[in-house]
Amino acid sequence: MPEDLPAGKEALLEIHEISLSFKGVKALSNVSMEVQEGEICALIGPNGAGKSSLLNVINGVYRPQHGEVVFDGRHFQKITPFDAARRGIGRTFQHNALFERLTVLDNILAGLARHGKTTFWENIFHVGRDRAENRRFLAWASRVIAFLKLEEHAGTIVSTLPFGIQKRVDLARALVSEPRLLLLDEPMAGMNQDEKQEMSRIVSEVNSHFKTTIVLIEHDIGIVMGLAHRIVVLDYGSKIADGMPEQVRNDPGVIKAYLGEVYE
Amino acid sequence: MPETQTSPRADLLPLSQRSGLVKPGIIGALTIAALAVPLSFNDYWINSIMIPMLVMGIAGVGLNLLMGFTGCVSIGSAAFMAVGAFSAYNLLLRVPVLPLPVVIILAGLIAAVFGVLFGLPSLRIKGFYLAASTLGAQFFFEWLFTNFSWFCNDNLSLTITAPRLELFGMDLKSVHGRYMIVSVTTLALVALAYSIVRSRIGREWIAVSDMETSATVIGIKVRARKLLAFGISSFYCGIAGVLWGFCYLQTSNAHSFDLDKSFEILFIVIIGGTASIFGNFIGAAFIVLTPIFLNLAVVGLGLTEHVNIGITTNLQRVLFGAMIVYILIKEPDGLYKLLQRAAAALSGACRRLRVTA
Repeated sequence: MPEDLPAGKEALLEIHEISLSFKGVKALSNVSMEVQEGEICALIGPNGAGKSSLLNVINGVYRPQHGEVVFDGRHFQKITPFDAARRGIGRTFQHNALFERLTVLDNILAGLARHGKTTFWENIFHVGRDRAENRRFLAWASRVIAFLKLEEHAGTIVSTLPFGIQKRVDLARALVSEPRLLLLDEPMAGMNQDEKQEMSRIVSEVNSHFKTTIVLIEHDIGIVMGLAHRIVVLDYGSKIADGMPEQVRNDPGVIKAYLGEVYE
Repeated sequence: MPETQTSPRADLLPLSQRSGLVKPGIIGALTIAALAVPLSFNDYWINSIMIPMLVMGIAGVGLNLLMGFTGCVSIGSAAFMAVGAFSAYNLLLRVPVLPLPVVIILAGLIAAVFGVLFGLPSLRIKGFYLAASTLGAQFFFEWLFTNFSWFCNDNLSLTITAPRLELFGMDLKSVHGRYMIVSVTTLALVALAYSIVRSRIGREWIAVSDMETSATVIGIKVRARKLLAFGISSFYCGIAGVLWGFCYLQTSNAHSFDLDKSFEILFIVIIGGTASIFGNFIGAAFIVLTPIFLNLAVVGLGLTEHVNIGITTNLQRVLFGAMIVYILIKEPDGLYKLLQRAAAALSGACRRLRVTA
């Protein structure tokens, strides 16, 4: 809730004047924003506004032509996805990018890759730290499975599960490595109202329980207003508003660009 | 409604899943049986069926770890078999102190090094183009081993024959001796393969193959994993090469490991089932037994006067081709999956029978 906005904390994520274009087509121009530690920040905007591109810049899937990302006090001109993962940026995808031949449990265990310390020899001969690591990974995975109520699906191959459950698996895979910053690309896409409420509750709980800072993209304004501490509005690759939900709701530019149809 | 299925791939289940522990046990028992029982068979069975089946199965496991698990296509598997065979030949010849098991492992490791080297393009390219670059390995090594006679100790016929096959003073050149080498090696390599795919490595290989972007985003070292797959795959192929050259053919040359052989290994993986270990031996059995069955059929039907060798060879190719097309369409997971499903149906039927009775 807006009132609970954590005050006086350092920004966990800062984005400075990011510009990104694909072969001359501008996707983002001069976007700057900040996300405070412990906050839920929603990115909204019409299709093609550059929301997913911005997430992709934050975890290094895209490299911006200009600008820098500051995560946890470190400046990155270009961060690689691998680096981002190692430093604790988790990510889910709009279209579930799950490992479809693996079970739910194995997908979630794979999410722990960045915590893997065992070497090749330890892995193949099950010696040294291998057993301890397996046990630890399994304990972490079980906790997330319980949290997201995936117990009955744990042994199921993901590709055979319905889309809504796959979305939860995607979230579980990102969550299990205990990221400091979690990027959720339309976690509620394709869900009905009940499922959206449920997912919204889960996101809010992740934020309060695990103290995870969250940046999410969502189209349902009703949900976003109730969930986010801060809303950033993008339109045609530029930031047109940034603030607490009620500020953004009343911003004339935003109403014109995006909310108009909802509120008229 | 998508059909929900539970744990069809027991090889991949984590250690926690008890059912996953049973299967390797069964397979281990079967393999030990396979190791012992054929010793009572006649020499033809051991020499022409059991040995090539197990050796090609090992090569299949090698390619499957790379292609089925990690998703990197290779049509140069036989090249790494050649590297293994020629390395073992030179080690046996030039370093007489090395015992046979050490030579086999070293030959595998040498093949692994070249596998990693020829796997480097996989960091940049995928699919068809990667296959083309592994084809480079195929042609390079065939050229190398035919044009530089040092590799076959300046033998004018360019062939290699095991200088010695012995362990603890026992001569293993007999049929039974060679079969023991092959079966013990198979047992060890299958156990190792299960251990690998059921560890973090197997999980991360499948992750890389299924969705490379998210594998990177969750912190899997994608490049290192791919190169590891090339290395381990070539290790298996290298050892298969040693066994093919010394325990099956006994006299071989660079052309014993030509492109046809690479394609045979590819067929084994497709027919046996991608991302399986045991399936490769079913695929290998199919490849080894089909020509024998065809010949038996020709003789059995009394067609020997009308059918010459050329026709059966071509028929065999047609059959392989048809089988592969059929499998790719109907059962992309291969014969192994088909057998599993049949076994499940059978046990289900048995259960129903017991309930009604």
